[in-house]
Amino acid sequence: MSKTKEKIRGAEIFVRALKDEGVEYVFGYPGGAVLHIYDALFKQDDVTHILVRHEQGATHAADGYARSTGKPGVVLVTSGPGATNAVTGIATAHLDSIPLVVFTGQVATALIGNDAFQEVDAIGITRPCVKHNFLVKDVRDLAITIKKAFYIATTGRPGPVVVDIPKDVTADSCIYEYPKTVEMRSYRPVVKGHSGQIKKAVNVILGAKRPMLYTGGGVILGEASEELIELTRMLGYPITNTLMGLGAYPGTDRQFIGMLGMHGTYEANMAMHQCDVLVAIGARFDDRVTGDLEKFCPYATIIHIDVDPSSISKNVPVDIPIVGDVKHVLKDMNRYIKESDEKPDAGALADWWRQIQEWQGINCLRYDRKSTIIKPQYVIEKIYELTKGKAYITSDVGQHQMWAAQFYKFDQPRHWINSGGLGTMGFGLPAAMGVKLAHPDETVFCVSGEASLVMCIQELSTCKQYGLPIKIAILNNRYMGMVRQWQEFFYDRRYSHSYMEALPDFVKLAESFGHTGIRVEKTADVEGAIKQALAMDDKLVLLDFITDQTENVYPMVAAGKGHHEMHLSPERELA
Amino acid sequence: MRHILSLLMENESGALSRVSGLFSARGFNIESLTVAPTEDPTVSRMTLVTSGSDEIVEQITKHLNKLVDVIKVVDLHESVHIERELMLIKISAEGDSREEIKRLVDIFRGRIIDVTDSSYIVEMTGDGDKLDAFIRTLDVKKILEVVRTGVSGIARGEKAIKA
Ligand SMILES: Cc1ncc(C[n+]2csc(CCOP(=O)(O)OP(=O)(O)O)c2C)c(N)n1
Repeated sequence: MSKTKEKIRGAEIFVRALKDEGVEYVFGYPGGAVLHIYDALFKQDDVTHILVRHEQGATHAADGYARSTGKPGVVLVTSGPGATNAVTGIATAHLDSIPLVVFTGQVATALIGNDAFQEVDAIGITRPCVKHNFLVKDVRDLAITIKKAFYIATTGRPGPVVVDIPKDVTADSCIYEYPKTVEMRSYRPVVKGHSGQIKKAVNVILGAKRPMLYTGGGVILGEASEELIELTRMLGYPITNTLMGLGAYPGTDRQFIGMLGMHGTYEANMAMHQCDVLVAIGARFDDRVTGDLEKFCPYATIIHIDVDPSSISKNVPVDIPIVGDVKHVLKDMNRYIKESDEKPDAGALADWWRQIQEWQGINCLRYDRKSTIIKPQYVIEKIYELTKGKAYITSDVGQHQMWAAQFYKFDQPRHWINSGGLGTMGFGLPAAMGVKLAHPDETVFCVSGEASLVMCIQELSTCKQYGLPIKIAILNNRYMGMVRQWQEFFYDRRYSHSYMEALPDFVKLAESFGHTGIRVEKTADVEGAIKQALAMDDKLVLLDFITDQTENVYPMVAAGKGHHEMHLSPERELA
Repeated sequence: MRHILSLLMENESGALSRVSGLFSARGFNIESLTVAPTEDPTVSRMTLVTSGSDEIVEQITKHLNKLVDVIKVVDLHESVHIERELMLIKISAEGDSREEIKRLVDIFRGRIIDVTDSSYIVEMTGDGDKLDAFIRTLDVKKILEVVRTGVSGIARGEKAIKA
């Protein structure tokens, strides 16, 4: 336990607590309510403050840091507009269960409720999009509240926690004491799964004829990749990952049959539809994954492992629920399987794999490789090849995000960084900053669209200030491509407000921020440009790929359809 | 199906809004909600009446348990329990009807706690059905004001819900 002999000010307590919590980086932006804190930051060098250019950028950067390391991301913003600007990033982290601790300045306690300058009810505004939030009314509660915030953000099902600190609290003094641990009678996340339930599940799993493993972001958050790989290899069963779960199981492994859901592979979605036992691990049956619930996995006995009881049977009734930390549960499950006298049914499994290979034969991700107009899929494949599948990829939201997910094969967890739940355009660039700070020696690529990128383009300035040599690939189709795709399919090609007029010259834009920009207009130049960008390893390089405007993301399960009712690209549409 | 949920929660400012916010955000339904501190001033006890299918009530219970300020959630519906509600009702009482109303109050075991020339205030406790029944016996035009606390509930027997 760290303790001071003398009283110190709240602002110093804040900084000491972050240091004692082991925080490396705080992403923030100053303002009146947090000036005492900024003064305290100035006087120390244990915690590094990264000055962003917009508070949304701070939350996404902290989020990228958290997703790529597993450690909590930390944000500091001022009251009022500082807090409201941070809300999008907080909600983004909330829907993907990312541990963030966000400190918002607040007007002095005596002014709260008076519509004071830069006052907003930050607790009220963020309540529905945080795991928990606190208003600190007394300096003596500050250290313990910070401890609780980190504890809550990082345990159980992780999530963002907001701590609202009035200005006078940062000026008041008290003895500083930081507890090593904290206990809360009202918050006790479960860890171990119920052994009876796990054994029951093992029996069903070993008895399966057409088994399917469906795993989500929970496996990554719960650091359970190793256990998942052991389970999957031991069983020899096919496995699919959600958008959030990519990388938890090696994307190049033969048992991996691709992502599932709205833009999942044909084989993964068909296997979901036909399976007789579904093992859902750290996944939450999101509507983009399940399609029409009436038609979801009609033949399957469903087992669901999740740390959050409220995720179980929320959308889909589950036959065998197991509440617990995924890593613990999978460890136990693997042990029971090894101890069991039963073995998977080899004959049935061989038939099942034959069926899956037949589906794989459709080659659902095929695209026109001969095109001289740059195909977006080709760009991702080249980035994959030239980074040897080892880069950290962040993305924004839209078609480019889906192509990155489909064509970059992630072999490791925490390398695919995207806003799956909230679908926040503007996430990719600031998230890449957090990733790059955490992994300075690794390649970090932000795959974006020309519409998404400009939503947080100001962060190019942050990248300059801190020398963050991120690579940005814009799949520039001059459209809000995903919107255009829906308008083509479902609105009779009325492209209402989805054409990106008056786009900037991205090359000059990058240059004006002090970076390098390269425009690529021909398929033949794609590879060279990526190599060139990678070779400039101390520079941020923005690659503006002018891609085919009409390309669509396939396969596609339209909203309200079943997994087996996918559209393939027109030339391959099934009868 | 109607359920009575009993909650123990931290007596923190904002705890109530977390509960009510959860119900509005997820489209769950609240019939009534009462809350007050217990013998331990750091703990509040809430009784919440809701309705929905078993699946929905299960989700409600899980989400309430997930709130960081909530210490315990018990569905009283799962055991034999007692529920009570307090009603204060102001009734216009003039002429002939004064006697009649007083008789009704006696039958329902209420108490008249305020009297003027032209009105009574009646205090009555009971379960919701009883209070509804009393209201139905009155002439609507005579009811000046109705104040109900919402249901409080407790399980029968010696087992207790403790923090
Ligand atoms: C902040 C925000 N606003 C709106 C949307 C809705 N939306 C989803 S995808 C998309 C288009 C994205 O266009 P672009 O970034 O160019 O990517 P593309 O689909 O063309 O690859 C829009 C507007 C969103 N996801 N986020």
